[in-house]
Amino acid sequence: MMAGDGTLALAALLLHATAFLVLAIAAPLRRLGRPAAYVSILCAAGSLAAAVLSWRAHTGEAISRLVWTWLPSEGQTLATVGVLADADSTVMLTLVALVALLVQVYSLGYLSDERAPSLGRYYAYQSLFAFSMMGLVLAPNFVQLFICWELVGLCSYLLIGFWYERPAAARAALKAFWITKTGDVGLLIGIVLIWRHTGTFDLTEMRVLAGNGAIPLAGLSVMTFCIYLGAVGKSAQFPLHIWLPDAMEGPTPVSALIHAATMVTAGVYLLHRTDWLFALTPDVLAIVVWVGAFTALLSAVLACVQNDIKRVLAYSTISQLSYMMAAIGAGFSGAGFLHLLTHGVFKALLFLGAGAIIHAVHSNDLPDMGRLARRMPQTAIVFTVGALSLAGLPLFAGFLSKEEILGAVLAGGFAAPFAMLVLVAFLTAFYMFRVVFLAFFAAPPAGHAGAAAASGAPHVADASHHASHGAAAHEPHEPPSSMLLPLWVLALLSVATGVFFTVVHPEPEFESPAWLMPVGVGSAVAGILLAWATYQRRAIDAASLAAAFGPIYRGALARFWIDAVFERAYRLALLGFSRLVGWIDRYLVDGVLNVLSAWTVQAGDDLRTMQTGRVQDYVYGIAVGLLVLLLWVQFN
Amino acid sequence: MDRLPILSIMTWAPFASALVIMFFARRRPLLVRWTSVAGTGVSLVASIWVYWTYDRVRAGFQFQEEFSLVPSLGISYLAAVDGISALMALLTSIIIFAGVFASWTTKQRSQEFYALLLVLVTGVYGVFVTLDLFVLFLFYEIAVLPMYLLIGIWGSSGDVRPQGIFGWAMGRTGVGTKEYAAMKLTLYLLFGSAFILVGVLALFVATGSRTFSFLELQQMRFDPALQSWVFLAFYVGFGILAGIWPLHTWSPDGHASAPTAVSMLHAGVLMKLGAYGVVRVGMGLLPDAAVDWAWLVGTIGCINIVYGALSAMAQTDLKYVIAYSSVSHMGVVMLGAATLTPNGLNGSVFQMFAHGIMTGLFFALVGLVYEKAHSREIFKMSGFGTMMPGIATAFTIGGLSSLGLPATAGFVAEFLTFLGAWTSDYRWWLFPAVIGAFLTSVYVLRVAGQIFWGPKSADPHFQDLADAQGPEWAALGILVFVLVLFGVAPSIAIGPVDTATGPLLRRLIGQ
Amino acid sequence: MGLQAYLTLAAVVFCIGLFGVMTRRNTIGILLGIELMLNSVNINLVAFARYSGDVTGMVFTLFTICITVAEAAVGLALVILLFRVRRTVTADHLDLLKG
Repeated sequence: MMAGDGTLALAALLLHATAFLVLAIAAPLRRLGRPAAYVSILCAAGSLAAAVLSWRAHTGEAISRLVWTWLPSEGQTLATVGVLADADSTVMLTLVALVALLVQVYSLGYLSDERAPSLGRYYAYQSLFAFSMMGLVLAPNFVQLFICWELVGLCSYLLIGFWYERPAAARAALKAFWITKTGDVGLLIGIVLIWRHTGTFDLTEMRVLAGNGAIPLAGLSVMTFCIYLGAVGKSAQFPLHIWLPDAMEGPTPVSALIHAATMVTAGVYLLHRTDWLFALTPDVLAIVVWVGAFTALLSAVLACVQNDIKRVLAYSTISQLSYMMAAIGAGFSGAGFLHLLTHGVFKALLFLGAGAIIHAVHSNDLPDMGRLARRMPQTAIVFTVGALSLAGLPLFAGFLSKEEILGAVLAGGFAAPFAMLVLVAFLTAFYMFRVVFLAFFAAPPAGHAGAAAASGAPHVADASHHASHGAAAHEPHEPPSSMLLPLWVLALLSVATGVFFTVVHPEPEFESPAWLMPVGVGSAVAGILLAWATYQRRAIDAASLAAAFGPIYRGALARFWIDAVFERAYRLALLGFSRLVGWIDRYLVDGVLNVLSAWTVQAGDDLRTMQTGRVQDYVYGIAVGLLVLLLWVQFN
Repeated sequence: MDRLPILSIMTWAPFASALVIMFFARRRPLLVRWTSVAGTGVSLVASIWVYWTYDRVRAGFQFQEEFSLVPSLGISYLAAVDGISALMALLTSIIIFAGVFASWTTKQRSQEFYALLLVLVTGVYGVFVTLDLFVLFLFYEIAVLPMYLLIGIWGSSGDVRPQGIFGWAMGRTGVGTKEYAAMKLTLYLLFGSAFILVGVLALFVATGSRTFSFLELQQMRFDPALQSWVFLAFYVGFGILAGIWPLHTWSPDGHASAPTAVSMLHAGVLMKLGAYGVVRVGMGLLPDAAVDWAWLVGTIGCINIVYGALSAMAQTDLKYVIAYSSVSHMGVVMLGAATLTPNGLNGSVFQMFAHGIMTGLFFALVGLVYEKAHSREIFKMSGFGTMMPGIATAFTIGGLSSLGLPATAGFVAEFLTFLGAWTSDYRWWLFPAVIGAFLTSVYVLRVAGQIFWGPKSADPHFQDLADAQGPEWAALGILVFVLVLFGVAPSIAIGPVDTATGPLLRRLIGQ
Repeated sequence: MGLQAYLTLAAVVFCIGLFGVMTRRNTIGILLGIELMLNSVNINLVAFARYSGDVTGMVFTLFTICITVAEAAVGLALVILLFRVRRTVTADHLDLLKG
C-alpha cells in the first residue's frame, strides 16, 4: 500500500508548496484576498488528511524514506532532499498540519478587516510556512533541515512584520531574525563540522554510524554544542530568548502557529531527532538541562509581571520549551517530545483564545479586560481548558507530559534543576490563572471600568489594528464561528488527550518516585489558589505581593536587562565597530591612495613650471644637454 | 567550418548591434533600445544554447573555433568553453539583457550609451570564451576601457566630504565626483592589467616565444620560481578587478557613481572577470604556485568578507552599501577558490554566478528607487514598501539571497564554500566566512527595513512614488526568477561546473 | 690647409649661430642664427666630400641649401603672421606653450 512508503507525507508537504506557488505566481488571485485564503485552506485540509493517514501508516518502527539528489559534487551526490517518515516525524507532521489548518480557518475571522491584497499575502506566507515546517519535520538530512530551518525563520520574519507600517512590528521582525540567525550561525558551523567528522549529512546513515560506535568522540562535544546553539536561538533559550516576546507584534494567529505550536519547537524537535548523537556527549546534555531549567524559571518569573496577555503567553511558551529542553538534556527526549505535542495543542488554543479576547476588546492589556466570561462564555470555557492543560492538572493535556518531564529530570540525576522546574510548575499555574481571573472573572480595576471597549489609547499590535475600525460604543462579544470552531476543536483535543493519558497512563521509560505526581499537581493547585486569592478574591494585595519580591520584581519589569545588553551590544559594539572600519576604509585605506594620487598631481604642478614656453630656454636646455652628453662620452 | 560558430555569434552580436546603433539609429531612441535588445537577445539565446547542449559527459573545452591571427608569434583567435566559462557567459547574457531593460529611461545621449555598453559586453564575452592569452588580454582591455566614458559621462556624483587625516589629499583629487570615480576605476584597472600583461609575456617567453594558447600552456610545467611570481602578478592584476583587499576602493566609488546598467554589469560581471582570471589563468596555468599561495588568497578572501560587510554596515548611501557588499561577496569567491577542494571551487564559481545575479538585481533596484525618489540617503527614506511593493519585494529577495538564505542561489554558494573551507588546509577560514554571512544579514535587512518596511515617510518628496513599470519589470522578473531557480535547483549550475573544476583540481593537487 | 681648418671654421660658425639663437630677442635674428648653424653643417659636408673624394656630401649640401631656403621662407611667413596677430616679434613675449 502506498501509505507506508512516504508518499503521503510527501503529498502533505507538496500541497502547501502548491498553495504557496499558486498564490505567489498568480498575483491577481492573491490580490483578491478571500479566494486566495480558500485556496490555501483547501490545500491545508488536504494536507491534514494526508498527514493523518501517513501518521497511521507509520506506527512503531515503520520507517520510509524518499530522497532525490539535490547537490552533486565530483559526479556524486553531496546532498539530497526528500522525506523521512517515521513515527515521530509523522505525528509531528500531523500536529503541524492540524494547527496550520485551524489557524488558517481562524484567520479568516480574525483578519476579516484586512485589505484584500494583504490578506492574500498573509495566506501566501502561511502556506510557505507550513511547507517549510513540514520540510523541516520530514528532513532526511541536515542540509534539508537547515534549509527549512532558515525558511521557517524567514516566514517568522515576514509574518511578525506583517503590519510593517508599524515601527514596533518592523523592529520586532528584525530582532527575531537577527537573534535566531545568531543561533543559526552555530547550527551551520555544527553541520559543516559534523559532515567532515562523519562524512555524511544523512540522519539515517549517521545514526547507523553512531550505533556502531563509528563516530570518533574527540571534538564531538563542540559539534553537538554548535547544533544546540541553533536550537537555543530557535527555541528561545537563554540568552537568545529575547526575540520571542517581541515577536508578539505579529497577528495573533501567527503567534499561535509559529511562536507557540510549531516553529519555536523546531529546536526541541531537532534535539529529539538527534538524541542518539547528543547521547554521545553527556557534557553538552548537562548544559542543555541547566540552561533549560534556568530559562524556564527566568521566563516564568517574567510571565508573572506582564500586563500584555500575549506577552504572558510568550514567556510561558519560552518556559514550556525550556521544560522540554530540560527533559531532553536529562537523556529522556521522548518525554520532551510528548510535551512538545501536547503543548502544541493547548498553547495554540491559548493563543487563539487570547486572539478572540483581543478581537473583542481591542486591547492586549489585562487591565482593559475583566468579567469577560459574561459576554463571551464560550471563549472563557476554552481558554480555561487551555490554562488547566498548561498548569498540568489531571484530565487535561499537559498533565502526563509535564509529569514525565519532572520525572525524567529527576531520573537523570539533576536535583537542582528538578527543584527549579517544580517551582516553575507553581509559577506557571499562578501566572496563567492570573490571566484567567483578570480577564474573565474579576472586575476590571477602578479607572478602567467601562474602558474595556476600545477607549483609551490602545498601543499594542493587534489592538491598534482592530481599534482603527472598531466602533466607539462597541461591546465585547463572542467571535464569529470561523474563530470559534478552531477553538473548540483544540479544546476538545486537549481534554481528549488529557483524559486518554490520565486513564491509560503509559509507563515512562524511567523510574519515577510515587511522590512525584502529588508534588507536581500540588504545586500547580497551589499556584491556582494563590492566583485566585490575589486576583479574584483580592484577599492578598497584588502590590504587596510584588513588594515582597522587591529586587526580583523590579528586575523582571526591566526584563532583567537582557534586552538592554543586546541592544547595547548591537549599537555600540557592532555598529560602532562597523563605523570604525568604515572610517578606516574611507580615510586610511582610500586615504593613502588619495595621498599617492595627490602627490602625483602635486609633482606635475611643480614640474610644469620648467615649461616656460620660451624657445630660447629650450635651446639652452638642448645645448647644455648636448654638452653634458659629449663630456660624458669623452670621459667614459 | 561545418557547424555554426556559436561562440563567435554570442561574442560579436552585441558588437554588431553597437555598429548598427552608431550608424543607423541617430536620434531614434526606440530603435537604439530595440537593437540592443535584439543584439543581447541573440547572445542570450546563444549562451543558453551553449549551456544547454554542453556535453557534460565528455567535459573539457567544447564548441572550439580557431583561426590564426599572427602565426609568427603564435597568436590565434581560439574560442572554446568549459563548464565554468559556459556558466559565466550565461551570467553575462542574463545581466546585460536585464541591464538593457533597466536603463530604458536613459535620456542623455542614449545612442552612445548603448553602443559603448554593447562594446563592453563584447569584451566580457571575449574574455570568457577565448583561450588565447593575448586575445584574452585584448578583450580584457575592451571590457575595461569603455567604463571610463560610461561613468564619466553618464554617472552621478555623490557627496563624500574630504576630511580625516588625509583630507587635504582627498580634496585635491576631487573625491565624490563622477570624474574622480571614473578616473580611479580606470587607473586601478589599468594598473592591474599591466601586471597581467607582464605575466602573460613571461609565460610566452617561457614557452620559447612559441604560443599564447591556453591549451598548449596548460601542458607545460613551468619553473616553480617563475610560477611563483607570475602567479602573484596574475593575482594582483586580476584580483584588483575582483576587488581584493586592500585594492578594492575603486569599487565603492566606481559603482556608486556609475549609471544603473553599468553598475549592474560592472559589479555583476566584470568583477567576475577578475575572479575568473585568477581561477582560469592563475590556477589553471600555474598549479604549483596556486597551491603555494593559497594561504594568501584565502586569507585575503576572509578579510574581504568581514571587512566588506562591516564597511557596508557603516555606509549611509544605498549604492555604497551594495558596492561594499560586492567586496564582501567577492571574498567568498576568492576564499572558495583558495580552499583547493571540489566543494570550495564549485562554491566559488557558483558564488560568481549568484553574486552576479543578486548584485545586478540590487543595482537595478537602487537605480529604480533613485529614479523615483531622487535619493540614495538610506536614513532619509522610509516606508516605501506601501508605494512600491514590487521593488520592495525584489529588494528583500535579493537581500535574502545575499545573506545566504536557503532557496536562493546565495545559500548554495556559501554553503559549498563553507564545506570547502572546513576541508581545506586552513580550517579557521570557516569562521570569518560564516560571520560574514551573519553580518550581511544585519546590514542588508537593516537597509531593507529602513527603506521599505517601516512607517511611511512624512517627507513631501517621498509621496506617491510609483512602482516599477513596463520594461523595468522585465529586468526585475528575470533576475529574481534566476536567483530563485538556481537556489532551488542548484544542480542546473553545479553539474557543468563540476565537470570543469574536477580536472582543474586534479592538476593542482592530484598530480 | 687640412681638413682640421675647415672643421674648425664650421665649429666656429656653428657656435656663432647657436649664440645668436640663444641670445637674440628678435625672432628674425634667431632665424638668421639658425641659417648660420645650417651653413656650418654645409661646410662640414663639403669639406668631408672634398677630402674623401665622394660626391654624396656635395649632393647632400645642395639638398640642404634648397631646404634651408624653403625653411627660411616658411619661417619668415610665420614671423609675419605672428607680427600681425601679436604685434611683436620679440621671442620673450611668445610663450603660449608655457606650462
